[in-house]
Amino acid sequence: MFAYLVRRLFLMLVTLFGISIVIFFLLRIVPGNIVDILFAAAGYVDPADKANLEKELGIDQPLVVQYLHWIGGFLRGDFGYSYVSEKPALQEILPRIPITARLAGLALLFSASIGIPLGVISAVKQGTKLDYALRVVSLSGLSLPSFWLGLLILTASVAMFGQMPIFNPNPQTWLEAFATYAVPAAAVGFRSAALTMRITRSSMLEVLRQDYIRTARAKGASDAAVNYQHALKNAILPVITVIGIEAAFLIGGLIVTETVFNIPGVARFLVEAIRWRDYPIVQNLVMFIAVVVVFANFTVDMLYAVFDPRIRYTD
Amino acid sequence: MSDASDLVLDVKNLKTVFFTNSGLFKAVDDVSFHVRRGETLAIVGESGCGKSVTALSLMRLVPDPPGRIVGGSVTLEGTDLLALDDAKMRAIRGNRISMIFQEPMTSLNPVMRIGDQIVEAVRLHRNLPVREANGIAVEMLRLVRIPEAARRAREYPHQLSGGMRQRAMIAMALACRPALLIADEPTTALDVTIQAQILALILDLQKELGTGLVLITHDLGVVAQTAQRVIVMYAGKKVEEATVEALFAAPKHPYTRGLMASIPAVPASGVAAQARLNEIPGTVPSLVRLPKGCAFAPRCKLVVKRCQEEYPPLQDWGGGHLAACWRAAEVAEEVA
Repeated sequence: MFAYLVRRLFLMLVTLFGISIVIFFLLRIVPGNIVDILFAAAGYVDPADKANLEKELGIDQPLVVQYLHWIGGFLRGDFGYSYVSEKPALQEILPRIPITARLAGLALLFSASIGIPLGVISAVKQGTKLDYALRVVSLSGLSLPSFWLGLLILTASVAMFGQMPIFNPNPQTWLEAFATYAVPAAAVGFRSAALTMRITRSSMLEVLRQDYIRTARAKGASDAAVNYQHALKNAILPVITVIGIEAAFLIGGLIVTETVFNIPGVARFLVEAIRWRDYPIVQNLVMFIAVVVVFANFTVDMLYAVFDPRIRYTD
Repeated sequence: MSDASDLVLDVKNLKTVFFTNSGLFKAVDDVSFHVRRGETLAIVGESGCGKSVTALSLMRLVPDPPGRIVGGSVTLEGTDLLALDDAKMRAIRGNRISMIFQEPMTSLNPVMRIGDQIVEAVRLHRNLPVREANGIAVEMLRLVRIPEAARRAREYPHQLSGGMRQRAMIAMALACRPALLIADEPTTALDVTIQAQILALILDLQKELGTGLVLITHDLGVVAQTAQRVIVMYAGKKVEEATVEALFAAPKHPYTRGLMASIPAVPASGVAAQARLNEIPGTVPSLVRLPKGCAFAPRCKLVVKRCQEEYPPLQDWGGGHLAACWRAAEVAEEVA
């Protein structure tokens, strides 16, 4: 087990190293840098001024040197300064993380707490009108992009209540906080809930045919006990995998959702930083997201062993 | 014949049908039998003859849809199970009537500890604290002769061998001391040496607990060793019923005779080792398109015109020996 963990940890580091290279060079391939953007607005400028500014920011140096400079700092905990605000990158990123984390957490909570029970119901009631209705709803969840769903929700709330839900940065109570995050989380979580439901349904259908389900009934267990205690516990593995993958995909959905709902989280901040070619912010933020995703995958793998005693990680 | 209070199970005219795309078929067609306290009744027949569906019908576990019990009565200790609502039936299932299945490898929940699965069976029917139910679970595992029962109770099914798993299934089925145990080919999936052990175990426990046993099998050797009475099923119908002695001494139905002739003889002196095994020609007919008369007629050596036109009624040949064959008298003669 210990050796397994060490190997996993090593592989995670290799993955993150690869990601750092990809994100660094992708960002340099995008035409223009912050200096170009700043000076483009100003009309004619002295090329010497431009060169000076580039030198000041260190983006005149060879790419390899720039990369080593960034990654060296990253490893030492020095994340550089934002080109735009000139504040330390960490100071810019950190306060925005809880906002996005709450949003993502709530979206995942929605997707699991709605998707799993509905998937079970749909499987148990296979072939009934309820099953068909649930499957149609889930299909719509898979086909509606979250930004469009977000816009629909905003438009609908204006039409119905005459106002939009406005982001409240300092909710005083739990209820207020929930109200602040619930709508955008629902918009972005609908897709995950739909996916979770479909996976739960197909996994449950597979399990419900197994002999041990008949055994459970033969003991005199109730339908609820059979479906949730016996079947779901066996059907949950693929669901966990999907939720784990969704946790990563969620970031993509959040970028548009935070923009649509005007929420000052990291996802929207990332888009702004890309627009300004604010290299330190983009690079470090993407690395941060990569770390989260890699650890999410790791957690999923570890959860397998919790839910299925047949899975044991050995050396 | 003993009095009615001795009767654990009384099945009358049971009919279970399946609605499928290719039509309705009668998996169990007008089958009656009974089991007395502590008695073993064997149900014998080829694959697809309706043995397992009969067993599942007794438990009311026939998958619905596509299956449904459409007629008859199943009376367990004086209660008609078919008349009970679902909650009342659940209270009886696993408690007064329980079942062990053919596949020990897949019949236990792979993500639950063995002990917990038995504890569940106990606590569903008896209002006991977990600790006490745990004690019963370990006790049951000991009863089915699983060594180191307390440790095994904490293990998962994949950590046990097939024979051990079937023992655990038996422990689970008997945990509430049911009046009737149904064993659906309990040894088919096991090694021959383990088969004998498991059968001996079931019989021992049956004697110890006074349980009625319905043993479903296609193995006449098992029947001879274990049962007091036998019913032979063919294409969803009971074609013969007798005590074990009467059946083996003088089978009245040509199908039963065919089954007996198919038992391979041990190549001892006088029997050539290369001798061809006896078989019943043909296969079990599709239950959707049963012939008009006797379902066995197309495979029967003694077939006459009447067999193809009229289904033979069950006829009593004395001592409760029933057979449904127009030519039962000739079958008996041929054997003699």
